[in-house]
Amino acid sequence: MADAAIHGHEHEDERSFFVRWFMSTNHKDIGILYLITAAIAGFISVAFTIYMRMELMEPGVQYMCLEGARMLPSAAECTPNGHLWNVLITGHGILMMFFVVIPALFGGFGNYFMPLQIGAPDMAFPRMNNLSYWLYVAGTSLAVLSVVSPGGNGQLGSGVGWVLYPPLSTTEQGWSMDLAIFAVHVSGASSILGAINMITTFLNMRAPGMTLHKVPLFSWSIFVTSWLILLALPVLAGAITMLLTDRNFGTTFFDPAGGGDPILYQHILWFFGHPEVYIVILPGFGIISHVIATFSRKPIFGYLPMVYALVAIGVLGFVVWAHHMYTVGMSLTQQSYFMLATMVIAVPTGVKIFSWIATMWGGSIEFKTPMLFAVGFVFMFTVGGVTGIVLSQAGIDRAYHDTYYVVAHFHYVMAIAAAFAIFAGCYFYFPKMTGRMYNETLGKIHFWMFFIGTNITFFPQHFLGRQGMPRRYIDYPEAFATYNWWSSIGAFISFASFLLFFYLMIYAARAGVRDARPNPWNPYADTLEWTLPSPPPEHTFEILPKQEDWDKGPAH
Amino acid sequence: MAHEKNHDYHILNPSLWPLIGAASGFVMLFGAVMWMHAVTPFVFFAGLAGVLYTMFGWWSETIAENQAGDHTPVVLIGLRYGFILFIMSEVMFFSAWFWSFFKHALYPMDPGGMSPAVDGVWPPAGIETFDPWHLPLINTLILLCSGCAATWAHHALVHEDNRKDVANGLIIAVLLGMVFTVFQAYEYSHAAFGFSGNIYGANFYMATGFHGFHVIVGTIFLFICYLRVRAGHFTADSHIGFEAAAWYWHFVDVVWLFLFAAVYVWGG
Repeated sequence: MADAAIHGHEHEDERSFFVRWFMSTNHKDIGILYLITAAIAGFISVAFTIYMRMELMEPGVQYMCLEGARMLPSAAECTPNGHLWNVLITGHGILMMFFVVIPALFGGFGNYFMPLQIGAPDMAFPRMNNLSYWLYVAGTSLAVLSVVSPGGNGQLGSGVGWVLYPPLSTTEQGWSMDLAIFAVHVSGASSILGAINMITTFLNMRAPGMTLHKVPLFSWSIFVTSWLILLALPVLAGAITMLLTDRNFGTTFFDPAGGGDPILYQHILWFFGHPEVYIVILPGFGIISHVIATFSRKPIFGYLPMVYALVAIGVLGFVVWAHHMYTVGMSLTQQSYFMLATMVIAVPTGVKIFSWIATMWGGSIEFKTPMLFAVGFVFMFTVGGVTGIVLSQAGIDRAYHDTYYVVAHFHYVMAIAAAFAIFAGCYFYFPKMTGRMYNETLGKIHFWMFFIGTNITFFPQHFLGRQGMPRRYIDYPEAFATYNWWSSIGAFISFASFLLFFYLMIYAARAGVRDARPNPWNPYADTLEWTLPSPPPEHTFEILPKQEDWDKGPAH
Repeated sequence: MAHEKNHDYHILNPSLWPLIGAASGFVMLFGAVMWMHAVTPFVFFAGLAGVLYTMFGWWSETIAENQAGDHTPVVLIGLRYGFILFIMSEVMFFSAWFWSFFKHALYPMDPGGMSPAVDGVWPPAGIETFDPWHLPLINTLILLCSGCAATWAHHALVHEDNRKDVANGLIIAVLLGMVFTVFQAYEYSHAAFGFSGNIYGANFYMATGFHGFHVIVGTIFLFICYLRVRAGHFTADSHIGFEAAAWYWHFVDVVWLFLFAAVYVWGG
């Protein structure tokens, strides 16, 4: 105890590289590790989609051939390799859901900034925090190994979709599926330990005087997300354990021949799966609230409704799961209930969107890169939210189920919106984490390329879905060619913007203009992390902050 | 700026345990896949050894920190929060198994029927279940008695400072827990239904099996507390390890009561 307190000579860091990054008990270092690892996993996952969009650019199968996967067009004969396609969509889904977005938003920004915002010297369980991180690395390794291990159809990898529905997942041969199941187990354990840590930190380590109704919104969003992780992920662990025993030990949880029921898996999976999509997006809500307030030079509009909207979204997330499975043969009563409950979610999300707009209203808006991404987030999230209301209707879902309309919907509302939140967070917090400034012009170019690229990718997919193009297929008839071509062009633009982002972040981290001011933005970035030097010293808040350091009035 | 800690939170030194633990976990699970595909069990056991070694080393260190006084009152509150949250996640894990049990018991499928027809019976035809009022009832009483013994030990520590009673209560709780496990193994070996091929066995063995695993973990946890009492650890004010073990043990008790009521009595 006494040892640890002596560290913290501001200008010298006597820890060796190995001690600092492999044995860390420091929430800021672990946060950075999370962000970097998530970026690598994200790059792999995005590379998968670019290859898929190449294949979908034109009708027919040109690249994913049984004769060998190609990167360049060729006149040689090509037998379509549907398994490779399935492996890529599965890998993309599993990586994005478990190994990219949650680790970046929850593990990365949550770890780094939640303790700073509440004035805590570190997390409640700093050593367990590092176990969360290394389990996440172990899980990612298992997931990547799964893609290159012997799987179904005598090929590598498993092609069952990220939801791992039986009977595909229980009958597929090889190691791949088992590795994927364990990957999800390990990442779940990592997230649960992280959630326990976050909740305890939030409840037990807030600065003196910081009552629950004065906690900054990002910290609130991490708190609510933690509860969803804590209560949803163990249920998933049970479901995939059933898959594992069905596969390897002859149980019949999901096999009708032994009295089991494959639909049961869908219920348990989605009881986890729907909270999961809120786990993905809620921390983004928190970041966006701070970015919008800062660059509108106004306190956030409706702080308390924003807090309780987060809580309401979290609670409602647990009672709407079966809207993912309207077509499995549920009774009308069940469908009516899930439809109604789903629509209710529009109320708290509406509260959030209108509060963000009201924050900007009459504000002195400055379109720095983080603000561009925040406004982009509000746009993407709203578009996806509106199509969500459409899809929530059991009757209409009969037509849209498993079409590209659904793909467009969830990419807008969850995937791309979360990506906008991650980018907003990266630019907003970059000067704080590194003490350097990124290149504003390049950042804006990144935003516009990404915004235009993702919209060109996903907007036409609404039309494809309405025309009846099903998701998860390697090929399509001539009639869908135009929109698919545009969709692929959009994907390439987004990918280029992704590369630009990597370049500009790495360049700025190494050679960006130094800016060690505590607050490079403006006085409306008024949470506690902006009172610290940039980058913050190894140990922060060794003297707990005083109320006047952070309490700027009734708003927060 | 002062460089000394001016707060009661616990700032930890760098530690290698998380890395060792996660790496061992990776080896263990990869080894499990190898074992399931009949390659070799040794990789799994090598990983398991690493995991157990990590648990031993890490928690020994935690106990040493506790004895060194790092666990101030505010840190103790945090540890309590953390352990309660852990138990909540365990409850949700069991809810998945209960979900499967109740689904199949309330809406049984008929393997010979028209899928997804829900025209089966529960227990499924041909399954001969245990009589709940024999060994399962005895086991219920054993586990409840064990919980009482743990509570007696807790009471003796907090209110009477009688260390002999603490040790006695704990060792009785541990022994009863072991008896429960032995009885459960005996019951398994006399079951009239198998683990594979039928939904009753799948639900029964996975739910009671995971419970049994938790009983073993809880028994070890209580036994560690017993050893710590013998070593002079724990005071009436500060005994977080004991408290966590007692909470865990009661949680295991409650899960059993639900299993007994639902799986053995109602669903049998």
